[in-house]
Amino acid sequence: MTTHPTAPLLVIGNGPAAHQILDRLRHFGCEDPVTVLGAEDTPAYHRALLTSALDGSLPVEAMELPPPPGDTTIRTGVCAVRIDRLRRRVHTADGDVFPYARLILATGATPLLPDLPGLRTPDGSPAAGVAVLRTLADCARLTDPAVVAARTPVTILGAGSLGVEAAFALALKNRPVTLVHPRPWPMDHLLDAAAGALVRDRLTAAGVELVAGSPATAYTPATADAPGTLTLADGSAVPADTLLLCTGVLPETGLARTAGLAVRTGILVDDCMRTDDPLIHALGDCAEHRGSRGGSLASGWAQAEALARHLASGARGVAPARRVLRPRIAGPGLVVLGIPGAAPCDETITLNDPANGRYARLELTGEHITAAVLLGFDRAIATTTELYVHDAPVPRDRLSLLLGRAPRLAKAGSAEVTAETVICLCNNVTHHDLTQAWHAGAHGLAELADATRATTGCGGCARQVESICTALASTSAAASGS
Amino acid sequence: MSDRTRPGAARDGDAGTVRTHCPYCALQCGTLLSRGDAAGGAEVRPDPEFPVNSGGLCQKGWTAPALLTTPDRIRTPMVRDSGGTLRPTDWDTALDTVAAGLTRIRAEHGPDAVGVFGGGGLTNEKAYLLGKFARLALGTSQIDYNGRFCMSSAAAAGNAAFGLDRGLPFPVTDLAAADVILLAGANPAETMPPLMRHLSAAQLIVIDPRRTPTAARAALHLQPRPGTDLALALGLMHILVVDGHTDRAYVERRTTGFEAAWKRAASWWPERVEKVTGVPVSDQREAVRMLAAAGRAYVLTGRGAEQHSKGTDTVAAFINIALALGLPGREGGGYGCLTGQGNGQGGREHGQKADQLPGYRMITDPVARAHVAGVWGVDPEVIPGPGRSAYELLSALGTDTGPRALLVFGANPVVSAPRADRVAECLSSLDLLVVADFVPSETARMADVVLPVTQWAEEEGTMTNLEGRILRRRRLLDPPPGARSDLAVLHDLAIRLGDRPERYPTEPRAVFEELGRASRGGPADYSGIGYDRLDAGETLHWPCPRTADGEPAHPGTPRLFLDGFAHADGRARFAEVEHRPPAEEAHAEHPLYATTGRVLAQYQSGAQTRRVPQLAAAAPEAHVEVHPDTAARAGLTEGGHARVSSARGTTLARVRLDPTLRADTVFLPFHFPGAGRANLLTNDALDPRSRMPEFKVCAVRIEPAELEFPESDAGSDDIEDGRFDGDGFDGDGFERDGFERDGFEGHGFADDDAADVVLASASGRGPGPAPLQDARP
Repeated sequence: MTTHPTAPLLVIGNGPAAHQILDRLRHFGCEDPVTVLGAEDTPAYHRALLTSALDGSLPVEAMELPPPPGDTTIRTGVCAVRIDRLRRRVHTADGDVFPYARLILATGATPLLPDLPGLRTPDGSPAAGVAVLRTLADCARLTDPAVVAARTPVTILGAGSLGVEAAFALALKNRPVTLVHPRPWPMDHLLDAAAGALVRDRLTAAGVELVAGSPATAYTPATADAPGTLTLADGSAVPADTLLLCTGVLPETGLARTAGLAVRTGILVDDCMRTDDPLIHALGDCAEHRGSRGGSLASGWAQAEALARHLASGARGVAPARRVLRPRIAGPGLVVLGIPGAAPCDETITLNDPANGRYARLELTGEHITAAVLLGFDRAIATTTELYVHDAPVPRDRLSLLLGRAPRLAKAGSAEVTAETVICLCNNVTHHDLTQAWHAGAHGLAELADATRATTGCGGCARQVESICTALASTSAAASGS
Repeated sequence: MSDRTRPGAARDGDAGTVRTHCPYCALQCGTLLSRGDAAGGAEVRPDPEFPVNSGGLCQKGWTAPALLTTPDRIRTPMVRDSGGTLRPTDWDTALDTVAAGLTRIRAEHGPDAVGVFGGGGLTNEKAYLLGKFARLALGTSQIDYNGRFCMSSAAAAGNAAFGLDRGLPFPVTDLAAADVILLAGANPAETMPPLMRHLSAAQLIVIDPRRTPTAARAALHLQPRPGTDLALALGLMHILVVDGHTDRAYVERRTTGFEAAWKRAASWWPERVEKVTGVPVSDQREAVRMLAAAGRAYVLTGRGAEQHSKGTDTVAAFINIALALGLPGREGGGYGCLTGQGNGQGGREHGQKADQLPGYRMITDPVARAHVAGVWGVDPEVIPGPGRSAYELLSALGTDTGPRALLVFGANPVVSAPRADRVAECLSSLDLLVVADFVPSETARMADVVLPVTQWAEEEGTMTNLEGRILRRRRLLDPPPGARSDLAVLHDLAIRLGDRPERYPTEPRAVFEELGRASRGGPADYSGIGYDRLDAGETLHWPCPRTADGEPAHPGTPRLFLDGFAHADGRARFAEVEHRPPAEEAHAEHPLYATTGRVLAQYQSGAQTRRVPQLAAAAPEAHVEVHPDTAARAGLTEGGHARVSSARGTTLARVRLDPTLRADTVFLPFHFPGAGRANLLTNDALDPRSRMPEFKVCAVRIEPAELEFPESDAGSDDIEDGRFDGDGFDGDGFERDGFERDGFEGHGFADDDAADVVLASASGRGPGPAPLQDARP
């Protein structure tokens, strides 16, 4: 057992939120030494990229976050087990003691194991064959080369965004995937039936077998004699030697709870990300701020920004991160902005184009987007997301927004050529100038260039000048022939 | 020596024709310049043999001879009298006044109380001699130049990556064979049109918040939110690595720092980049796919990527892309910067930059100081250390710690510097402002002493174009009797300041020879180049070191880095860069972004091009481009008037609707003076390394302005004309036309009286009186 020197700032957790607070603290000029205790053995990495590791597009080591700036000590593989608030100390599983002046809890969340017979062994740990997808280690198990090479089937329980994303990622690696969902279509908490049907079609096209509409009732792990099976309420049984649970996460609040901090679903924090102990802060997936737990990377980052500001300068207040869900799916993209259907709005614009696999729903209040779902409109996804994130007004022409095109005014890019149309931008030569020069005897490209300087800049208008020339010649011939 | 026997005479034997270059941008289009019919005038033709423009010329180039006969050419020195009026005088009086003022200020406040502000349009000879003059005759560290506002971010990033900064490390003509060219924040179709001749074969990927004429020609146009180019570059890097397009062998063999750079780019997955930049994931992927599939690909940056408080990091992120693809240092690929000003390349190499000595040497490097001191015949200790960067210099003027006198050569910072109102205030608080120019620029009008100098067709010299090729500028015409060359001005001043006359040659050839010696062994080594080689028609790109006697001359270096990069280990450096938001983000009071730039028919501060009638007709006045939705919300209509405001100031402009623009962004060209200066808005936040101001993004609000626009043939000078009843130009100077020190402020520009508030316009159009016309002696 070692008692370490007192850390001015001690952080429990080494995920993206912890990493962000380190970065932002330095940004705002805080130079205090920081100690980080990370339970995982690996350096901090991007959890958002886990499915890229799952589909093999990124090697695991490429997901590591850059080393934090400044005087920071990172201790990986160190599991904090108790906070002694009285003595301001954190005890670890190894018996080490880390005194702190200020403590930040960034303990994240853990996968939620549903209450399903057979999922757990008697000691409460997951049964054989049951997998989750939260850490690099989880990912490594699912992408073990032997498993990938054998094309071992995977059954995923839960077609929320993680389940859908994991299904696409595994399918991309040619793994047989069955996606089981209790409700009639994937992501039903965010998508209506029409959008859900399109995602279902997309899954099917990617080779994912979707079993939707019936809740699971029991799991039977594989034995030497029988394959693992997931039993559904409708009586059917889905083979599931490997069962990947994508059934949500729970804030990791154990440490805080034992330490007597106020906890509801997450650790309760105020606008300074402070718990009810003024020396202890919490942020990221483990925290609950004003009744909502963020659960997204963006909200974790926004909280890190707020806490760093607060610690550096005493500022208060969290800029609320707007909710943007952009699951990675095969083919044209999907975005869910806010929570569609959750709140009344002034205006709803829906465009359903199932033949082309496209769907859009915009919920507007005034000129502002309060929620939206877009599937298959790649350009509009980008524009709409930007408008939503910045709470900017939508274009007058809603359809042009969805189609991702600027409405054309006569002057911009119009095919209509008038006498005043500038043909040669480089030398500011209009159609009228060229016509006049032609009538004055400049009947070829070279002569027109001499007379008007058209085509002598970038040369890009040569073809157009030539066709004007031809048109004038034929008009003139027709006139003289009549 | 007459023009017809001059080595640079056109080969067709055309009497009185010289082979020279356009006076404007860094493309330095080759031209054949002949005496015109008009007295003192000239006629220009594109030089079909010069490969850069290959017979092309834009409207600016075609009309450049009009500058030679501009009615308000300054033809005599002027000194402001005790009543605050600029009055014509003779050269001795003007130079004595300057020397006396400088001597007094230096004696009272020390040598750094005198500052020098140069320009990227000065010839190599002028830039070199100006730097030497500042360090020796004035003994000041306070010298910088407007190139800081041009490509300094690319220079900083290029030096860091490659160990050397030459805008294009390959000839422009190489681009003609490209399959794909990524243009990040560059609009050559307007800013250097003949360059497009080399870009017609390639598929273009254009990154620009505006749908510019260049973007309109692109195979793919990425239209990011202003201030987010760095995130986009990191995102493209992310995709190219994840999709396996990294040239691993190249990265391994020719670079260092990939891992650290990747760790930053790893955080910028396409969906996150989309959310920050507004560029669709599918377009990001398409851009990378095009670049990766190209046999010959180039990544080029322009001001759009560079003029940010994170410009250096932004350029570095684009260089990272080029390096990951294995492009730089290979024939048929690479990274380059499209330098803006005429001698933007040479101007940054010869010692008018605060931290540099000739040959692109660092002023803090003892070896460099010893070498240059040797050429100058002084003790290295005599050479001052690094001084303030351009904006820091301008904004320090007249303050307790800043210079009290400033000499300006070839620049018009009242229009071109960020936060222009503050810069004008600083200039007006000086004890002595001296401006050498050939037209009464807005800055010249504020001066205590105006020194009339020669212009392009009246002088000899060299320019270094955007591809690092050294070009001869040749004299066709005699300057007006009252004008002197900048070299002569420096010589004459140096003598009056007690320095040795032989240190400041007035013959360009002699200055160039000395410049060559001073640059010898430096990164930009010109020592093997002489006027004779250039006049013989040789194509010489630096470095071109002098070879030993008896050895064949060095052929120059058209393509850099083929054998290795200029760092000691021969490897290029990836940069570990991270995105950050612009210094000022849109917010409730200023909900839009303003971005500034150029239009085809004007050049830089417009001091020259606004005086060319055809150009003034094509682009007569300040305008603001606005998306129709944004205009409708703000109550603006096409052709109406708008007041655009930022935290720093307000500018007035004519509204142009553009449905292709982002609705959150307005665009203003910066060429116009007075109340139409776009730089009244711009943010003076500086890049920490290049000290580049954030010209390309600031938060603004836009609203209708209740103004009467002048009739189309009115101009700002006519305003003065009108204000002073047209009788102010009666032969003896400027006393009536408001060129008082405070006259700049008092021209009604800042006046709330609507009758006086008129939009700044191009001047010199039409037959109306030009205010300085009658100032001729």
